[in-house]
Amino acid sequence: MPENKHPRLKELKFTLSKILRNPSAIIGFSLLFFFVGVAAFAPYLAPPKNIHNNYLVPHEGFSPTPKPPSAKHIFGTTSGQYDIYYGVIWGTRTAFKIGGIVIGLATLIGVTLGIIAGYYGGVVDEIIMRGVDIVFAIPLLILVMAIVVAFGTGLDKVIIALALVKWRSYVRVMRSGILTLRDSDFVQAAKIMGVSDFKIMIRHILPNSIYPVIVVGTMDMGSMVITASFMSFLGLGAPRGYADWGQMVASARNYIVGPAHDPLKFWYTVVIPGLCIILFVLSWNLIGDALRDAFDPKQRRR
Amino acid sequence: MRINLFNPCFNGNIGVILQAYIIRRLIFLIFVLFGVSILIFGILSTFSPERRAAAFVTTPQQAKNIPELIERYGFNDPVYLQYIRWVKEISSGNMGWSIVAARPVFDAFWHYFPITLELNLFATPIFIILGIWLGTQAGIKKDSAFDHITRIVAIIGWSLPTFLFALILLMVFYGYFNLFSPEILSHDLVTFIRNNPDSYTAYTGMYTIDGILNGRFDITLDALKHLVLPVATQVIVVVALVMRVMRSNMIEETSKDYVITAKAKGADKKTIYIKHARRNALIPVITIAGEMAAFAMEGSIAVEIVFNRQGLGWWLAESAIQLDIPVVMCMCLFMGAVFVVTNLVIDLLYAYIDPRIRLS
Repeated sequence: MPENKHPRLKELKFTLSKILRNPSAIIGFSLLFFFVGVAAFAPYLAPPKNIHNNYLVPHEGFSPTPKPPSAKHIFGTTSGQYDIYYGVIWGTRTAFKIGGIVIGLATLIGVTLGIIAGYYGGVVDEIIMRGVDIVFAIPLLILVMAIVVAFGTGLDKVIIALALVKWRSYVRVMRSGILTLRDSDFVQAAKIMGVSDFKIMIRHILPNSIYPVIVVGTMDMGSMVITASFMSFLGLGAPRGYADWGQMVASARNYIVGPAHDPLKFWYTVVIPGLCIILFVLSWNLIGDALRDAFDPKQRRR
Repeated sequence: MRINLFNPCFNGNIGVILQAYIIRRLIFLIFVLFGVSILIFGILSTFSPERRAAAFVTTPQQAKNIPELIERYGFNDPVYLQYIRWVKEISSGNMGWSIVAARPVFDAFWHYFPITLELNLFATPIFIILGIWLGTQAGIKKDSAFDHITRIVAIIGWSLPTFLFALILLMVFYGYFNLFSPEILSHDLVTFIRNNPDSYTAYTGMYTIDGILNGRFDITLDALKHLVLPVATQVIVVVALVMRVMRSNMIEETSKDYVITAKAKGADKKTIYIKHARRNALIPVITIAGEMAAFAMEGSIAVEIVFNRQGLGWWLAESAIQLDIPVVMCMCLFMGAVFVVTNLVIDLLYAYIDPRIRLS
């Protein structure tokens, strides 16, 4: 039947129309498109001076006192004369890198383990879920710190450490969605027809239970960037002079309070990279919020 | 429906069921603690013996004793022997030396603990009460202007990194208005306390309480003034979570039959919402207490670093920056233990309040 659309496509169309009618989703997606644009055109917006590493922010001189916005540095320079404009533009790429790699790896591990635990049940389920309980016993930030201390500091280590801890939430989300599906008629029918376990998991269970993971993953894109920027702020993540928003806030830390007659003199050093973090995270949270409303089977048909 | 557990007339075996539930949870607690210790030991054993021996070096002179230390603490032994020894050392309180605190980890912990406790003692009641109140109002007036505003504020608050919010508060209220300042206590009071050990006794380590106990209300007032911004930050971090859960619970409860019945009978709305619906909506809030505790712990790190308050969070972050292994690992273990016990207490409380949980 080529005229009749696949039911899944129809559902997707309905979901999309639902999302696009939500004002918070529109704001979220426009913000996200803006950041995607900035990240994609970074080499044109801020031509790199260092051909070996684009992420190194160029600096003129070593003076620790930040300089206000001027024609040459439109956002001013932070402590160490690093150009804030350049750092903000290339920091967008860093933020996408952090969120994308962490959530990509974590969902891959989490969804795989979640499907296996939920589908097979019994001993396998017990082993996987008790493992998750153990990892869940330590707050994320503290466990990430411990792993970073063990493997050494640096942004790449922070990304790996975050992925190594974050998978735990997706196992739980995925598994709880599968538990109701496992005994449903269509899965039983597929089993009786002799469809292999792998195929049932990939073709039938995964598409029906992935939505909560997408919602949580979207929200976590933002929170991972927050955690990574805090690690950089502490000095455990991106090194000084690297185009990373958290690191830029960190290098401005001693200048949050200006001289007595002009206490907000260096506002741009904190506010500009800080605003980037907030807007980036906000865009993901707004999208996640809209997706949750759109995917929720209890609410969507109203 | 209220159940009196101590009333034998209600249901003969409910005490037995609760007992079995507690025992099951206790076994689980021991299992998780064991798992956490294995996990942390696993991270620890990725270090070379030399680096681990360095954790027991307290003075530069001892640095040449590292081979001897490796021998004494058996860092070249088989892994299971090392694990048993490690657990023994930890349980006897010998956790190594903290570089940041310049004292043993165990002592340093109790030195820093009151500061973090003080912060959270002030912040926790505020964010719980505020979160429940805001959530209730937003739930009752669903889709009203109030609901939308609180929702937007919550999403923005959710997107605000704690350290950034703390920095901006510091910038505005310390830099611009010069109202509140960072650190725990004003400098002249710190010097006074240091120079007059006879007239000031640190009973609890918390300046607000010690000030009252010593009859020095100026110290209490000063400490409170230093607490305003940290507590405000901590509240903002957690309140959105409480509010969101409370709102959705409230919406669920108010659409239930008993509320409709009460409305039909003509009971006044305030009684229905506050007396009936809110009480039931409060129960599930207990389940997120574990999450709140985690938020508060993570928030404490950022708050203490930015406001320069020497508490547990500050100590952990400083130790991580200086790659001080024993401290980070001990804090991990400690936080894990606290967290698991907290969750156990929450679950038991929940089982006590809501009989459906323990019967399933």
